[in-house]
Amino acid sequence: MDENIVTIKDLHIGYRTFGGHVKVLNGVNLYVKPGEKVSIVGETGCGKTTTVKAILRILARQAVVTGGEIIFKGEQVLKMNKSQLQHLRGTGVSMIFQDPTSSLNPVFTIGQQMSAVIRYSGHAGATKSKIQEELAIKALQETAMPDPERILQSYPFQLSGGMRQRVSIAMALSTPREMVIADEPTTNLDVTIQDQVLRILKQRVEEKNTSLILITHSLGVARETTDRIYVMYAGNMVETAPTTELFREQYHPYTRALVDCIPRLSGGGVAEGIGGRIPNYLDPPPGCRFAPRCPKAFDRCWQEKPEYVNVGSSHQVACFLYDQSTGDE
Amino acid sequence: MSTNHASTPGITKRDRLEGLKRAWYKFSLNKMSIVGLVIVSLILILGVFQPLIAPYPEHAGAYVNFSAANQPPSSQYILGTDTVGRDILSRIFYAFRGALLMGLGVEAFIIPLGTIVGLIAGYWKEKWFSTALMRVTDIFLAVPPLVLALVVSALMRPTLFNSMMAVSIAWWPMYARMIYGMTSSMRNELFVKSAELLGASKFHILFREILPNCLGQIFTKMTLDMGWVILMGASLSFVGLGEQPPTPALGTMVSDGAKYLPDQWWIAIFPSIAIMVIILGFNFLGDGVKDMLTSEE
Amino acid sequence: MSENILEVNNLKKYFPITKGKEKGLSVKAVDDISFSIKRGETLALVGESGSGKSTTAYNVIGMYSATAGQIIFKDEPISNNIKERPLRLRKEIQMVFQDPGTTLNPRRIVKDILSLPLKIHKLVDKKDPVGQIVRLLEEVELPMEYLFKTPLALGGGERQMLAVARALSTNPDLIVLDEPTSALDVSIQAKIINMLLRLQKDYDLSYLFITLDLSLVRNFATRVAIMYLGKIAEIAPTEIFFSDPEHPYTKMLLSAIPVISEKEEEVKHAKVTPKGEIPSPVNVPKGCSFNTRCPLAFDRCFVEDPVMKEVASDHQVRCHLVEERRQS
Repeated sequence: MDENIVTIKDLHIGYRTFGGHVKVLNGVNLYVKPGEKVSIVGETGCGKTTTVKAILRILARQAVVTGGEIIFKGEQVLKMNKSQLQHLRGTGVSMIFQDPTSSLNPVFTIGQQMSAVIRYSGHAGATKSKIQEELAIKALQETAMPDPERILQSYPFQLSGGMRQRVSIAMALSTPREMVIADEPTTNLDVTIQDQVLRILKQRVEEKNTSLILITHSLGVARETTDRIYVMYAGNMVETAPTTELFREQYHPYTRALVDCIPRLSGGGVAEGIGGRIPNYLDPPPGCRFAPRCPKAFDRCWQEKPEYVNVGSSHQVACFLYDQSTGDE
Repeated sequence: MSTNHASTPGITKRDRLEGLKRAWYKFSLNKMSIVGLVIVSLILILGVFQPLIAPYPEHAGAYVNFSAANQPPSSQYILGTDTVGRDILSRIFYAFRGALLMGLGVEAFIIPLGTIVGLIAGYWKEKWFSTALMRVTDIFLAVPPLVLALVVSALMRPTLFNSMMAVSIAWWPMYARMIYGMTSSMRNELFVKSAELLGASKFHILFREILPNCLGQIFTKMTLDMGWVILMGASLSFVGLGEQPPTPALGTMVSDGAKYLPDQWWIAIFPSIAIMVIILGFNFLGDGVKDMLTSEE
Repeated sequence: MSENILEVNNLKKYFPITKGKEKGLSVKAVDDISFSIKRGETLALVGESGSGKSTTAYNVIGMYSATAGQIIFKDEPISNNIKERPLRLRKEIQMVFQDPGTTLNPRRIVKDILSLPLKIHKLVDKKDPVGQIVRLLEEVELPMEYLFKTPLALGGGERQMLAVARALSTNPDLIVLDEPTSALDVSIQAKIINMLLRLQKDYDLSYLFITLDLSLVRNFATRVAIMYLGKIAEIAPTEIFFSDPEHPYTKMLLSAIPVISEKEEEVKHAKVTPKGEIPSPVNVPKGCSFNTRCPLAFDRCFVEDPVMKEVASDHQVRCHLVEERRQS
């Protein structure tokens, strides 16, 4: 029995489209330990959102799981029935979306929406409206919201973007959860607001000892919020390492290129960028999906798909450059 | 619009083929749109090639054969004959031609008119002439279209052309409204602003930047409306304000046959079914066109 | 000829409110700002949403008529009424918007998009009109196969490159860049920024760069101006701006940026924890508009609005603290 909150093994997910079957996730492996804060970093279209949506089974209609398994606290998520799923979503995992304007219903007050979340959480006494209100107020106070009573009576449009996102955090953590998934929660916010929202998110999950999966395209956000980082490229986790270690040394050529592309506050110019485009998922390269853009690609990269290699304690990289079994490098 | 396609041969042709395939995929996602396409194609073929297909093409005109009058559907007259012995099937086929002419004629007139009014009023929304144009449109919209068309055609000699005019007068404001709405929101789009900033002419902005983005909706509405325009034409001919006898028109056929209900039911029922099929066909087709032109995959 | 390609003096842009409770008031989107851009340099205009940075850009480009103030382009005052702006200026000042998806007409092919400005300004190469457009595409590293594609068929980065090519087509002197990379991934951002730097050198372009990303500013701009609620808080050459920031808001912005190395952490020397949100530009706080969020605000800040003071050559700050420190 593993002690992880969630484990994903060799997950393959595709989408049915006009052109055929697009193979997005190409064998994703991931684990999150209790209380651990993990981020998935990758560029647009790499499959980070698909990965976390699979955990909650909220994938789009066209999505097809073609292989692999997701284990949440020892249970197979992909085999759950309706009531088990409801239990998972109601009490196990909660999700914070990128755009709180669309995830909050515009015709209900914040109070009504928070009560609904609490009601379905199965929390003791959660069916009483008084307890619901108390819990909602407490949750809002904990996210440093001024005047929670007034906020409960407000409609989403009456709040600013930053406030709405804090409401989403409060809502996600209003009752105890095993894990919170935050999908680019600060992408639409100003930097000073982003800083506040991330600090509150981090503080809240730490206090409650909740696990966190943070999806972001910004390595900076990942570094300042989470303990361990997954770098994702074209449907694969190419590298994972504890945050400090990852920034000390990157092994995968993609991670290295990605880190180089980030303009530094300390100056030094901007790197060239990564040539080429992400592969066409209809017909992805058979071997390593980064091979066509990789400066160090060799024959084997075009034929086989690289598996994780340990390059340090909990530092793994999916790249043949570090695969001892062949003796190259 | 674009001229020098020859300089990069092959590319555009393949792209266009790809585009067509994609359009067909979106269209065919809903099976009913294919049904619509089949119905509309059949109506088109029957209407155009009536003299070749119809069992008794001469029955479309002033033909009388009292010995075969009021015959119920049989192998000889599949849908029966009317009070003067004309084959109803042949007459329905011929009436399709008038119905299609009605639909196409009306749309050929109202779409340019509605589009131009809508574009101008929408782009210069704050100007007095925009308000004037839209208030006129509103007045037209305030009168039920059928009533308006009846009044207008009652004032004119009853011919197919005049009934087209009457329907057009009742129908154009809907297009003006739609294009007005689209234009007045699209004029704030950054691609329109960009063209303005570059110093593009108003003509360019209206017809090259905004109009192409309205075509999808226009085309959808056009297809959906065909059936309803034909129905209104049939309504006019039902009260004798459309195509005049002996030329067959669906509305006239229904009104003539209605007198002999329920005994000679086939005289009125089959033309009614024909009207229904036309409307259904264009609606199904219109839904498919909408999926094809406006939905993102 | 002065060394400044663009001078903006005391520019104001108010939007009157015509509906609702606040009718009669106005949104002071830009409230009395002055700056200049030298030939061949990049001025970054940095601010949060609602700071008025985009409104400033739209005034320069001629999308809005200014409420008051003066804009001088190449020593010539350009009318504040955009209707009186000559066509020539539309050629010499160009703009690249944030989201290329919305600035490129989805129904027009690349060739038509690029030939429009050439036709308007009568710059079409009559002998080789297609070659001219292919050369423009090459300039932004796009293949000529794209000539007959619509923007929908292009990736986000490629669309932005196309937008740059369109801006470049009229051979402008000044390009206003309104957050040109904020919607793109970093690997694509890097390519576009490098391309813009190369084009600047090749064509002696001046840029007005609107952005929120200070890390990018550090590596791209010559000078930086920070805007807050329609006013400029601090303006300085990039080096000095990052080594010696003076305004508390500048420090707060710097502190808020997520960075990836220890070396960068050092740039955030005085950590000012961000708090609060930018107030509504309809009800600007009395005194210094930053007083609601400033950790160092004192009595004077709530009464009197500070004015721009030069603290070093080319380095101006609008803050009472700086003034008081210099007096003591």
